[in-house]
Amino acid sequence: MKSHRWGVRRLVVAGAALTALAVVAACGGGSKTDSASSSSSTGSADAVDAALKAGGEITYWSWTPSAQAQVTAFMKQYPNVKVNYVNAGTGNDQYTKLQNVIKAGSGGPDVAQIEYQALPQFALPGSLVDLNQYGFSQYESAYTASTWASVHAGNGLYGLPQDSGPMALFYNKEVFTKYGIAVPKTWDEYVAAAKKLHAANPKAYITNDSGDAGFTTSMIWQAGGQPFKTDGKNVTINLQDDGSKKWTATWNQLVQGGLVSNIPGWTDEWFKALGDGTIASLPTGAWMPGVMESSVKAGAGKWAVAPMPTYDGQPATAENGGSTESVLKQSKNPALAAAFVRWLNHDEGVKPFLASGGFPATTADLKDPAFVDKASAYFGGQKINQVLTGAAGTVVKGWSYLPFELYANSIYGDTVGKSYQTKSDLNTGLKSWQDALVTYGNQQGFQVNG
Amino acid sequence: MRVKRSKVLTGVMVLYLLYTIVPLAWLLLSATKTQDDLLSTPGLWFGKSFAFFSNITDTLTYNDGIFLRWLGNTVLYVVVGAGGATLLATAAGYGLAKYKFAGRRAVFAVLLGAVAVPGTALAVPTFLMFSNLGLTNTVWAIIIPSLVSPFGLYLMWVYSTDAVPPELLEAARIDGAGEVRTFFTVSLRLLAPGIVTTLLFAMVSTWNNYFLPLIMLSKPNLYPLTVGLTQWSNQATGVGARPIYNLVITGSLLTIVPLVIAFLLLQRFWQSGLSAGSVK
Repeated sequence: MKSHRWGVRRLVVAGAALTALAVVAACGGGSKTDSASSSSSTGSADAVDAALKAGGEITYWSWTPSAQAQVTAFMKQYPNVKVNYVNAGTGNDQYTKLQNVIKAGSGGPDVAQIEYQALPQFALPGSLVDLNQYGFSQYESAYTASTWASVHAGNGLYGLPQDSGPMALFYNKEVFTKYGIAVPKTWDEYVAAAKKLHAANPKAYITNDSGDAGFTTSMIWQAGGQPFKTDGKNVTINLQDDGSKKWTATWNQLVQGGLVSNIPGWTDEWFKALGDGTIASLPTGAWMPGVMESSVKAGAGKWAVAPMPTYDGQPATAENGGSTESVLKQSKNPALAAAFVRWLNHDEGVKPFLASGGFPATTADLKDPAFVDKASAYFGGQKINQVLTGAAGTVVKGWSYLPFELYANSIYGDTVGKSYQTKSDLNTGLKSWQDALVTYGNQQGFQVNG
Repeated sequence: MRVKRSKVLTGVMVLYLLYTIVPLAWLLLSATKTQDDLLSTPGLWFGKSFAFFSNITDTLTYNDGIFLRWLGNTVLYVVVGAGGATLLATAAGYGLAKYKFAGRRAVFAVLLGAVAVPGTALAVPTFLMFSNLGLTNTVWAIIIPSLVSPFGLYLMWVYSTDAVPPELLEAARIDGAGEVRTFFTVSLRLLAPGIVTTLLFAMVSTWNNYFLPLIMLSKPNLYPLTVGLTQWSNQATGVGARPIYNLVITGSLLTIVPLVIAFLLLQRFWQSGLSAGSVK
């Protein structure tokens, strides 16, 4: 109970200094940002190897299911390094905590899992260590082009890609066969399939979409849109560019026609609907097979994978989901933290990740015949990785997320979500999303054009 | 006297009863199902198997039995936090109601203001302050803010004003009892219903507190049940999702049991409180 005794002592101090500290907190809160220390931490590739040899202790925040196995394997290989693994929360919960410890100036982990969509939000204000200084840019050829782009913000490299989620079309073959629907190759065929299916069985829908920011941005990405552009300080938002409009022209037909189910993703109802044929297909990331195998047991043998439908029939897809591990500026041992990141996503750490059903971002694994030609029992013996690794090579280039993407996602439901609720033009929702984002961005000190 | 029945009102009340009972029934029924059954059988009837007891065992043992740790944490936060809040609110409310001193009106104004500010809005500033004190990621980060209950203080203030007659205090003073003794031997008893009400409010709000522990704590070992169960529930989301809804549901059921017991034990005090002073 050592920690409790500590607590009591601090409590006494706290009681005495409470009033004074309230003032200190009010005045000092703004000055403790990380930007000041940006020039102090420099290193090199040798520094990483030296840190690994010297050993030490680091803390790692992650919610990925393979994290514990990875940490155990790492400490076995490097017994003089102690990694404190903490599951501080999933996604947004963890980001809330990260933002707070960054604001407070202490209490953060050395290494944290961050999704690609959230990376600019932490990288651009200077809260993360630029791994270029450790020479990590030499690993470029080891990763797919799209994930390598995703771990960059500005010119900085803020992590090594862990997984990737090139999108593909997962569909319930049993349902498609029953209603005589061919696997759609274009989005027009997909809309036609949606109509045919819903007309034949009013309880069945081609897919579900009750308004999901991550899905929308991925779909605009696939359509060739680049609604968010930023160099860190200046931001341009245009949710009415050609790509965005191309997507709404297709998706409006589904939403306004009541052809998509409004079951929200990741609920028990959703898992159920994937199993019983209520939701007949999912355009989603390549990590989905692992989820279906473990959580949609009723769908075993019924589902199959096809390339994403496109607008012109030419292969094109986008990334959906995926995350990296970044080193925080707060870290007292950034070189060791960087070494851990390198091990996680470049060395032995990839193996436990693959074993837990993750979809890799490393080109070597994506080309490995053992991986590519593996037949999946769940998908009726289909060699699904042939489709998925193919998708990894056709991700549309040039996408970037907002430096306040987490905020953007949090207000998505109040803006675009309304179009879904009223089954009205998605462009109206996208415009009001854009207006709200421009206002917020300017308030936050960005120069936003939109 | 014959009571006249209104068909409309009865109908409305039946609907309201269903509205409150159905979620509880769903929770009870769902706690008897395995994860697979949850996803494949109707919500308001039993599944193919009866997994209630294995669900309870799994909930208590999943992740090295961290659920029990969370339960213990919650009990600690409620006993020390809500108990302390009630104690402080009672003493302060009584003092403010029964003694005239300078600055009393100012306290009242501050208090009314404090009631209006939701705890969630204060969570981030509180985090920054506690971070400077080095208290984040400790039990104190939850207990100290829980000790402050402006609403409880207001309640005890208002209750003390009426529940303790000034004549009684004068009588005690004339008999030679000190103020502290009067408080403990005379006033406290009269205040019991108010104290229980305050305690129940403080208990429920501490038991349900989510946002404060969410941002204060990053060690799963210190989580209360609310944050822990949400983490289990979030496990079903995104890349590498591992849904364990059956454990989340069973955990939720186990979570409300202590609250129900507390209400059953304390309600007789509460009822007497509600009727106090109605007949003179």
